[in-house]
Amino acid sequence: MATGVAAWLPFARAAAIGWMPVANCPMPIAPRDNSRKQDELIILNVSGRRFQTWRTTLDRYPDTLLGSSEKDFFYNEETKEYFFDRDPDAFRSILNFYRTGKLHYPRHECISAYDEELIFFGIIPEIIGDCCYEEYKDRKRENLERLQDDQEENKDLKQPNLNFRETMWRAFENPHTSTLALVFYYVTGFFIAISVITNVVETVPCGTTTNQKDMPCGERYTVAFFCIDTACVMIFTVEYLLRLFAAPSRYRFMRSVMSIIDVVAILPYYIGLVMTNNEDVSGAFVTLRVFRVFRIFKFSRHSQGLRILGYTLKSCASELGFLLFSLTMAIIIFATVMFYAEKGSSSSKFTSIPASFWYTIVTMTTLGYGDMVPKTIAGKIFGSICSLSGVLVIALPVPVIVSNFSRIYHQNQRADKRRAQKKARLARIRIAKSGSANAFLQSKHNGLLNELLELTGSEEDEQKLIKSTSLLESQHHHLLHCLEKTTVRTPLCFTLNTHSSAHEFVDEQVYEQNCLETALQTYPSHSPSIASHNSPAVTCCGASGKKNTPLPNANLPLANPLPSHRGPLQELSALHIQSADPLSHTSSRSNLNLRTDESKRVNCKSGRITTAIISLPRPPALAPDADGLHGPPQRRPPPSAGTNIVKVSAL
Amino acid sequence: MPLCLSSIFSSLFSSLSAIVLNFLLCFLKDDTSDSDLELSMVRHQPEGLDQLQAQTQFTRKELQSLYRGFKNECPSGLVDEETFKTIYSQFFPQGDATRYAHFLFNAFDIDRNGSIRFVDFVLGLSVLLRGSVTEKLRWAFNLYDINKDGYITKEEMLEIMTSIYDMMGRYTLPSVRDDSPFEHVEKFFQKMDRNRDGVVTIDEFIETCQKDENIMASMQLFENVI
Repeated sequence: MATGVAAWLPFARAAAIGWMPVANCPMPIAPRDNSRKQDELIILNVSGRRFQTWRTTLDRYPDTLLGSSEKDFFYNEETKEYFFDRDPDAFRSILNFYRTGKLHYPRHECISAYDEELIFFGIIPEIIGDCCYEEYKDRKRENLERLQDDQEENKDLKQPNLNFRETMWRAFENPHTSTLALVFYYVTGFFIAISVITNVVETVPCGTTTNQKDMPCGERYTVAFFCIDTACVMIFTVEYLLRLFAAPSRYRFMRSVMSIIDVVAILPYYIGLVMTNNEDVSGAFVTLRVFRVFRIFKFSRHSQGLRILGYTLKSCASELGFLLFSLTMAIIIFATVMFYAEKGSSSSKFTSIPASFWYTIVTMTTLGYGDMVPKTIAGKIFGSICSLSGVLVIALPVPVIVSNFSRIYHQNQRADKRRAQKKARLARIRIAKSGSANAFLQSKHNGLLNELLELTGSEEDEQKLIKSTSLLESQHHHLLHCLEKTTVRTPLCFTLNTHSSAHEFVDEQVYEQNCLETALQTYPSHSPSIASHNSPAVTCCGASGKKNTPLPNANLPLANPLPSHRGPLQELSALHIQSADPLSHTSSRSNLNLRTDESKRVNCKSGRITTAIISLPRPPALAPDADGLHGPPQRRPPPSAGTNIVKVSAL
Repeated sequence: MPLCLSSIFSSLFSSLSAIVLNFLLCFLKDDTSDSDLELSMVRHQPEGLDQLQAQTQFTRKELQSLYRGFKNECPSGLVDEETFKTIYSQFFPQGDATRYAHFLFNAFDIDRNGSIRFVDFVLGLSVLLRGSVTEKLRWAFNLYDINKDGYITKEEMLEIMTSIYDMMGRYTLPSVRDDSPFEHVEKFFQKMDRNRDGVVTIDEFIETCQKDENIMASMQLFENVI
């Protein structure tokens, strides 16, 4: 039942009187309210702070600790209050949940402490209201990540038996694990630095020689530089091969960014080795040398900061992209305008629109090199507008765009998160709802069983069979049951021929299954029930077409009939005694109740059990399903039938 | 040349100014959508406890507990039709209870002002739970008589019946056929309409119900709800 409307249940039940004149069937008996005490204040003492509330307030949520009888364990006889040794601050929000129906998450509260309180009091966190749910989920996720990081660190410390390959991989990833790894780490770092420095120094002109011009050091000391380069590349190659060998997933390693950088860093050297000193390709070879600068990216393995920078850039890609796009738009607009404005003037540097791009960019970013200047008046006017708007376009919106986009981006993320969370929440709610629907069907049988047992007067069985459905639930179920009874088609509520059918709430799956199978229904009512139609004293229930119903307690002592027992019959679908799989959401046609007619006690246990047998693969002839539901019982895989069923198979 | 130049100038200027103005306005304009959220909160206080005690058959304590529940759910003291429909629909998750809730709302809202106050609520409940069988039957008649003219016609009954069957929803066994309400109405009229004039008057109704022991029994069903 939905939260918070428990207060309206009495109203809904009272309003059900509106159905009574329309109904043609007798109504089921209302559940007894055994505790007819007046609403009283109860005191909840939480670590010394006393909270008081009405008992009915707590009874609203019977599946929590405070709403069920579980709180009796905490009752203190001397002080006549319920004492809980928990945090009183967190308890405030929990008690407010009962009062208002909405659970809020107090922001100052630690997330794990709050979670513990919720678990203790039996409240599922999904009920947290929309106002606080995001915050709760965010903090929970942070906490989880923190815990995971801790766990990972702990995990690294205790890894006794790894094979050589795994040890090596761990050494590569975490240099602090062993001294050898540390040494390797520093050595590679050193060589990367050497390599980068040599690349840089190579191009510095060092000293004049007898030749006319300065030679860069690279050409002067070719051999030395070549040796250093070779050494570096050898180290890098060895490192790359070792990493490749140690990687748990070689394919994934080869696709990762770092390994691509490694490859690109060492490739030019090998290509240079392979290629001869050909004039044609030396130009291309020189270009390849540029890639040697990628070696500097290898430092990112050594520097956490570089990695974070790269990650940040990647995550801000969309915002940066938009900034770039807007800049490009402005550049194109102004370049076009300047080109056409300067077209008239002679010896103008603005030879084409792409040539004007350079001017626009330099002006808008306020660099102003001065290599291209407008000469016409119109050009100067537009040039000044360009530089002014450059300031505006670049400087002003950048923080606004960034913050706006950050907000919108997070909003979208939140919307996506909310959507994803919503699915999970709805799934949970659906499970709970289907649970309650089944609880309804189940409790109907409990109710029927109760009445059955009341009639036969076996008290202990009644105790055994009553599941702990709260009073509220049973009242709600009674209400739904009354509605079912109201919509019976024929005035003959307790006959079993084809057309008697109170509509019943069933599960979706069952409904669909039955829709499929109504096409196949053949209705012969082969059960003795047809005979019973005329005489109330004979088994009547056979044709009721009961399917297996989950019963809480499969052992009904009453249900040990002799096959030929035809004593007072009680027709109740609930007498499906086999312990059906409680999770099978089968419905039962419990509509054929003779319950209210105490004069006629038709014990059709034996007959009933024939229908139970229907669940075993049997020919349809034996399917006394009243309303054409023969199909489903046969198709169902037989539940774990108790011995009771087998006994009655004689019938 | 000056012509096209000026046209370029004007177009550029307008576009630029548009861009600039837009940016500036972004900062200056604040979100005025909250002003739409200003609801007019109507609050209603019920009459005194003594008066209500005189008008209904509930004890003081019962009235207190009823009011607490009512006020908790509707802090403003009034229930409008939408809220009523929402609350009532929550009891029937599998079907559509809004039509029936509409009729129920009209039955409770005696003065037809579009909202149920606590006094309407408690008067209705008093009849349903503590009234005599005749009063209850009268209340039910009032519920069925949609236009409150003293006669239940077949159309009215059909609407009521359809709304009740709608509450069952789709997933029932056997499925609710489209003519189930109609059949049910036919049976109802067969039973109730003594003089076969096509309408059911209050006297026919009460008389027939009093003769039907099922109905009489079920009227007593909810005696001890509060």
